[in-house]
Amino acid sequence: MSGIIGRKIGMTNVFDEEGISIACTLIEAGPCVVTQVKDVETDGYKSVQLAYDEKKEKRTSKALKGHFNKAKTSPKKQVVEFRNFREEFEGQVALGNTIKVGEIFKENDYVDAIGISKGKGFQGVVKRHHFKGVGDKTHGQHNRLRAPGSIGGASYPARVFKGMKMAGRMGGDRVKVLNLKVIKIIPEEDLILISGSVPGSKNSTIILEK
Amino acid sequence: MSELIKLIEQEYAEIRKKYPSFKAGDTINVHVKIKEGNKERIQQFQGTVLRRNNKSTNGETFTVRKVSNDIGIERIFPLLSPNIAKIELIRKGSVRRARLYYLRGRQGKAARIKEKLK
Repeated sequence: MSGIIGRKIGMTNVFDEEGISIACTLIEAGPCVVTQVKDVETDGYKSVQLAYDEKKEKRTSKALKGHFNKAKTSPKKQVVEFRNFREEFEGQVALGNTIKVGEIFKENDYVDAIGISKGKGFQGVVKRHHFKGVGDKTHGQHNRLRAPGSIGGASYPARVFKGMKMAGRMGGDRVKVLNLKVIKIIPEEDLILISGSVPGSKNSTIILEK
Repeated sequence: MSELIKLIEQEYAEIRKKYPSFKAGDTINVHVKIKEGNKERIQQFQGTVLRRNNKSTNGETFTVRKVSNDIGIERIFPLLSPNIAKIELIRKGSVRRARLYYLRGRQGKAARIKEKLK
């Protein structure tokens, strides 16, 4: 699986040839540096580690500095490992190489986007788990419009099952959105425009996979 | 807005310049491309602009209302859609609101809009 690390810029829309408006997200993807290449002989599996986004040297631990020095690059904020980086990149992938968005994706490809969703705070079951709430506003019902209802039997099982859907913290999860179409790539600016929305706020890290 | 997003939207900025400036209360004639099988023809839709929505974004739309055979018809067009061939400004209207929903409840004389004189 090949991929790249990027940053969400924001959303806009474009029109296709038939005049249909497509909502799309602009992502600044790469350039990423190969910081480690794992092999079956040394690590037991094949993978490629990419790093993205400059980080101040003084904020980097000695151990990490050593790691980046091996690839002859400056410290980076985001380090992500991609397993089974596509065979076609086998030649290009070497320690310290730079990988750009145009080398990995083409227009009309389908990609998956991974990000951390926006935090929603403590939310009730209606918003968090799409419960319907109590059906009626009237007929004597007065204060349980968005309540979860029963959470289990009183005499049997006489306990609440583990994993029962309840109110709680929502958002801030790692979310993967599948099969987003690549609308446009601007290699000079390291930009990629993909259809649909992507989890997270603006400037949050997005991992694109193919 | 981010400079990088403008990079994507700039190709549509040219299309935007092509059209005359119009706003709610104006009467315009929209030439819409319609595909029928392999043939393409142009249909015109003339009426009063009720509003412009999501202004100065790529998703900008405008609503045009006309009364045809005593039936009010409103169409919403995306401003930057490639299916819009031409927009003609027929008449400038003088109105005090940005959104003329009050026209929906009016007919005949009551639905008139004063012409804007320069």
